[in-house]
Amino acid sequence: MSVSEENGQQENGQEYVTATVGGQLFGIPINRVQDVFAPDRLTRVPLAPPEIAGLLNLRGRIVTAIDMRRRLGLEALAAGSQRMAVGVECRGESYGLLIDVIGEVLKLSDSSREDNPINLDPEIAHVSAGVHRLDNELLVILDVERLLESAVRVEAA
Amino acid sequence: MDELLRDFLTETHENIDVVDVELVRFEQNPNDATILNNVFRLVHTIKGTCGFLNLPRLEALTHAAETLMSKFRDGTPVTGEAVTLVLASIDRVKMLLDQLEKNEVEPAGDDKDLVEALGRVSAAVGSAPKELKDSQPSEDIIEQLERTNRSAPAPHIRSAPQAPSLAVQIDPTDGDDADRRDDGRSDSRIANQSIRVNVDTLEHLMTMVSELVLTRNQLLDIGRRNVDTEFKAPLQRLSSVTAELQEGVMKTRMQPIGTAWQKLPRIVRDLSTELGKPVELVMQGAETELDRQVLDLIKDPLIHMVRNSADHGLEMPADRRVAGKPEQGTIRLAAWHEGGYIVVEVADDGRGLDTARIKELAIARGLVSAPDADAMTDLQIQQFIFFPGFSTSAKITSVSGRGVGMDVVRANLNQIGGAIEVRSVFGQGTSFILKIPLTLAIVSALIVQSDGDRFAIPQFAVTELVRARKDSEHRIERIKGAAVLRLRNKLLPLFRLSTLLMINTAVDDDVGIGFIVVMQVGGQSFGIVVDAVFHTEEIVVKPMSGKLRNIPMFCGNTILGDGAVILIIDPNGVAQQLVGTTSRQLTAETASTPETTGAAAESMLLFRAGSPQLKAVPLSLVTRLEVVDPKKIERADNRSVLQYRGQLIPLILANSDMKIRESGGQPLLVFSNENRSMALVVDEIVDIVEEQFAVELESATAGILGSAVIKGQATEVIDIAHYLPLAFEDWQTWQDQRPTASPSQVLLVDDAAFFRNMLAPVLRAAGFVVTTASSANEALALLQGGRRFDVVVTDIDMPERDGFALTSEVRANPRTANLPVIGLSTLISAEAIERGRQVGLHDYVAKFDRPGLIAALKEQTAGLAKAA
Repeated sequence: MSVSEENGQQENGQEYVTATVGGQLFGIPINRVQDVFAPDRLTRVPLAPPEIAGLLNLRGRIVTAIDMRRRLGLEALAAGSQRMAVGVECRGESYGLLIDVIGEVLKLSDSSREDNPINLDPEIAHVSAGVHRLDNELLVILDVERLLESAVRVEAA
Repeated sequence: MDELLRDFLTETHENIDVVDVELVRFEQNPNDATILNNVFRLVHTIKGTCGFLNLPRLEALTHAAETLMSKFRDGTPVTGEAVTLVLASIDRVKMLLDQLEKNEVEPAGDDKDLVEALGRVSAAVGSAPKELKDSQPSEDIIEQLERTNRSAPAPHIRSAPQAPSLAVQIDPTDGDDADRRDDGRSDSRIANQSIRVNVDTLEHLMTMVSELVLTRNQLLDIGRRNVDTEFKAPLQRLSSVTAELQEGVMKTRMQPIGTAWQKLPRIVRDLSTELGKPVELVMQGAETELDRQVLDLIKDPLIHMVRNSADHGLEMPADRRVAGKPEQGTIRLAAWHEGGYIVVEVADDGRGLDTARIKELAIARGLVSAPDADAMTDLQIQQFIFFPGFSTSAKITSVSGRGVGMDVVRANLNQIGGAIEVRSVFGQGTSFILKIPLTLAIVSALIVQSDGDRFAIPQFAVTELVRARKDSEHRIERIKGAAVLRLRNKLLPLFRLSTLLMINTAVDDDVGIGFIVVMQVGGQSFGIVVDAVFHTEEIVVKPMSGKLRNIPMFCGNTILGDGAVILIIDPNGVAQQLVGTTSRQLTAETASTPETTGAAAESMLLFRAGSPQLKAVPLSLVTRLEVVDPKKIERADNRSVLQYRGQLIPLILANSDMKIRESGGQPLLVFSNENRSMALVVDEIVDIVEEQFAVELESATAGILGSAVIKGQATEVIDIAHYLPLAFEDWQTWQDQRPTASPSQVLLVDDAAFFRNMLAPVLRAAGFVVTTASSANEALALLQGGRRFDVVVTDIDMPERDGFALTSEVRANPRTANLPVIGLSTLISAEAIERGRQVGLHDYVAKFDRPGLIAALKEQTAGLAKAA
């Protein structure tokens, strides 16, 4: 509730939940984030596309977990590493994006935002809605729709 | 949308559907004033409401239709043309309503064409009005109706199509007013007991109950783990209340199947007119209830099937007359409950499926090879109509016959865990039987484990569970890697679930130990090997996430009592997968199913030749067993021959991989026909067994008839007919040149392909020309088709019509009254012989008494020759 109010007050800014995947910082628009949780008891799905990490029960809802490293074409995390998940909703279905480390909530003004550099890795460029220049590093804005939609496309191909 | 308009639309849609049905009924019973009043009233209600809501186009159209109908009420004879016109107007009303629903305003334009046509017909019939039946002038009724309508412009009552007070007033032709009033009151009671609920509300309720069931399951699971807990009693109460609630909510989703049938009378009427075939539609069990969601899914397939029946199934009236049937064809729709299923039957009394034509098409399409097709029963051949793009209709009509049809129907049904069967007798009709699950939302499932993961298998597809151990009677055997299980003298193909799902982590695919879930999908049986079987659980099927929906092996997922997410195996998906990879195995499996009826105790000679696998041949075919010194075997003209009882007989290797022995005794099986003999070279004669077994036909390998489990071992049954021509290149010519002037025509009737395949070559070798039939009906069709036969040899024990019934039929027909019939049976009792004598069997021979049969045939045909 307070988030949307702040959003309303902050005309040209946006809040992001940040997360690190394979050393890269990503930002997910906070209005898309439903939950942040530690994924537990993943049920693997045979014959599924590789980026599908499995299914899990999040308070009575069945959530499809997406392995962000696989999705972005990065190498897999060492076995046994503890991961976190960011819960998002897309077209009425629940997804959990598996990330390495969850960050914080950042409020960023549009002034630091830039379009994708033209030499950005195509796999990341496809799901990126732009880049924010932070003091120490760069934050890639995740386009949740594209991220989940293109997974379908890849799968269909 | 305006509340009033929405109510009007909902109400009118329902009324219009009723009008459709009633009008068709009315055309059939033009003298039934009740029906006419009903229609009239409905149209009038629509007209009245249209006026109130200011919908001029609808009002004008319904008014014109009403005027014409009022003429009928006044006793003008009803014509098909007039009814068609009214129906056309109803269609226009529907179109207008659809537009109205979309745009909330009437579409532009007018309906002058229809209004004028209606007016013309009204005027034409109005010029010669009959004497009024009513004592009360109809105008009065209309006024009364209008008054009522003004006071209630948008009726809300659903279950009673008419306001009860009206029922009394507008039925003046019926003298018994007291009865009418009573009817009206009971109607109103029903009306007051039902309310209209938005479907979304019900769906939401259903979802919530599903969630509740899941939570209940979780609680029960916790309860099971903690033995002593004060929650136990309330938990049990919660459990039973939840179960009742679930049942109650399911009931609200139940609708009579009749709602899916509502459109059919109209469709059949239109088809009947279009095709020029009078059709009667009989509907039984319309009140049978099933889940709304399921109902929606089967609506279209049902309409499609009824159309098919009318178009393809029923013959033209002239043809029906010739066939001795009433000109009016009948399509029968029936529904009833059976177990957890609804069974719907769509039957017609038309021409039936033309098995010969289907077979021809199936071969032409490459769906089956000609010899395979010959070995199939009618029932198996009829299954081809469910193949994609298969249509036997010679011409494509606007109604059906485009080759999209039965495969889609079957796919739709399979999707919801249903099944479809066809039963047809050529010349007598076709009947489709649909088995539909009552509901989709909650199913009972078996929880299994494979390679560390758990999966749910819907119970409806599981026929049994078998525990396989290395040394138990249920042990898994392999034929070149393919795992099979002997189950009641049949071979069941086995597949490891982990292999199917490609989650097999172990390199060694050891299926030695495990549980076998025996599943049946459509006509296919197969076993799925899993590591463990836990229990059955009522699960709420949730659809798979959009990303995973195209994996055919799963039909959904759910949360188990312990909170874990589990995938639900789709039995149809698995079956399809298996067909893709191992279609041959499964065809052999399905092909065998009907053959088990042909199982009979028989002496079989077991031997080995070329491979360690046992081979078998019916002992009745073998003349003699010999062991000869290989030195006596001579090579002549590039072939091996043997001096045998003053004859030079050819030797044939039973298997091309084997060789004639250099030393020691060489075993031979000698086969003789009249004065010709041949010997089959084998490695070892193993045993002679007498036991009951089922042969699974499989004719891919030359010389092998099929396989059977004999003495607990998979055994190949060899086909002697394959070897005879190898021995005598001139076998066929030799046959033809024999002194018999014209060979006798034998009709061999046996439902078991095994016996047809075994006896036909034997009889051919004895000089008869053999035609085979797989059922009494097929035989009768051949006989009535004008083909000349000298003698009929029939199996006695056949499903549907047995050999006795066939004989009676043959006797009853004057053309075939004197045709000799020889009965074959595995069981010959004094009573059976007596019964055979009564129905007119000429002779009765044991099924495996080959010389006896040939002697009987010779006797019968010789008698015939003398008589001729």
